[in-house]
Amino acid sequence: MAKVPVQFTLNGSEKAEFVESGTTLLHALRDKIGDTSPKGGCHQGTCGACSVIIDGELRLSCLTLAETCNGADIKTTAGLAEGGMLHPLQRAFLDAFATQCGFCTPGMIMAAKVLLDRMPNPSREDVVEALSGNVCRCTGYEPIIQAVLTAARANSQNAA
Amino acid sequence: MAIRRGRGVAAINYPTGMNLGGDPTQALVHSTPTGNFMVTLSSVDLGQGMKQIMAQICAETIGVPTDRVVVDTADTDTGPHCMGTFASRGTHRAGNAVIQAAREARQVMLEVAAEELEVNASDLETDGQGNILVKGAPQKSMSIFDVALSAHFKRGRSISGRGMFLIPRSYPEKETGAMKPSTCYAHACTVAEVEVDDETGEVTVLTVKNVFEIGRALNPKMVEQQLVGGSWMGISHALYETTEPYYPNRDHGGTDFNQYLMPGLGDLAETEIIVLERPSADGPFGAKGPGEMCANPQIPAIANAVFDAVGVRIDALPITPERILRALKAQAAG
Repeated sequence: MAKVPVQFTLNGSEKAEFVESGTTLLHALRDKIGDTSPKGGCHQGTCGACSVIIDGELRLSCLTLAETCNGADIKTTAGLAEGGMLHPLQRAFLDAFATQCGFCTPGMIMAAKVLLDRMPNPSREDVVEALSGNVCRCTGYEPIIQAVLTAARANSQNAA
Repeated sequence: MAIRRGRGVAAINYPTGMNLGGDPTQALVHSTPTGNFMVTLSSVDLGQGMKQIMAQICAETIGVPTDRVVVDTADTDTGPHCMGTFASRGTHRAGNAVIQAAREARQVMLEVAAEELEVNASDLETDGQGNILVKGAPQKSMSIFDVALSAHFKRGRSISGRGMFLIPRSYPEKETGAMKPSTCYAHACTVAEVEVDDETGEVTVLTVKNVFEIGRALNPKMVEQQLVGGSWMGISHALYETTEPYYPNRDHGGTDFNQYLMPGLGDLAETEIIVLERPSADGPFGAKGPGEMCANPQIPAIANAVFDAVGVRIDALPITPERILRALKAQAAG
């Protein structure tokens, strides 16, 4: 099968790859580009572990074809830390013991980031709604909810 | 037809590890040239925190800060033998093996320091900060860094130790059948409150209040994490999880995890966790295994709460709306 060129911005840097037509963005990111922060859980759009941010929207990279991402601005959890400093969401997940096996964590953090970008002071119900497309086996979810609320408070204190 | 409320209680004993012909775990501990310590295991860290706990246990035994210990796990090609990470056995079995290995390494370390300081090894102690001191004369001391350099470059010693923890196989007594299939029991009790819709059979768990007796909590925050997640998983076992949802015919069963139900973020019950610490006699620093135990008491507590709410005993899991409605129908038919 003929390969197709794709070009996009990943966490601020330009990426160009040739992929087989029909390749998912998840496969392109993990196996072509080497960003393994999005995880392949169900590969059918139900678990949320592969979540990434495309042009500001939360997307499932397992259901997104790489060739549809030409020119897109893509963000993953691997690009969150700046200058060796963890993003407030990453810090909050660590401090709240909101990760155990870690498989769902990057997807959870992407979903939480889109929420906080749009709604800096979410209620508990807002967090539950925003993360309801992401499943976790280990934590019982409560520590994750608390981590997102803590990160939101930390952000608003920094802004004030 | 109404929403009916019920409350149930259940208490459990839960064994640490198991005994199918013996339950061994081995550990090796050695010093690097600069006096850091390496723990080698075949045991697996699934995310439950095995590496952190084994580093704490090794550091406490040798007398160094935890960040001076590196734990290498889960290479069964090259590591010492371990039965595996299951049956809540990791902390207890591997922890005991690490203590034994670390004690042997500590003894060599003290012997080397004793030669350097020209005292008896029995007169030496560690300060927990990376130094070895002469008891009663702490001005006479040596860093573990220097002890390791001396051992490796001058004295020709390997600061290392071997650990082996084995629960031997227990054979049943011929007359009575009595045997000891497991050791070191943890305990738990849960009170669950539920609402049952007797028209649809749906169960909503309102609260679960759990008390866990887990020996000594070697890392209290990680214990809490395990117990909170486990309590949620117990609710999941009680009401949702099965590979054959709702149908008696296997052909109607789920084909992948999309049809394997678990409660999500919107289905959380108010959860309370209380930890009781009763150090075990044979556990590493008194620890037991809280791993699987914490996901068990919710199941009978919820079954009892359903009985309290609508008067039917569901004795198969999960407690699905269909099973409740069938039981209510049978009850009405009398």
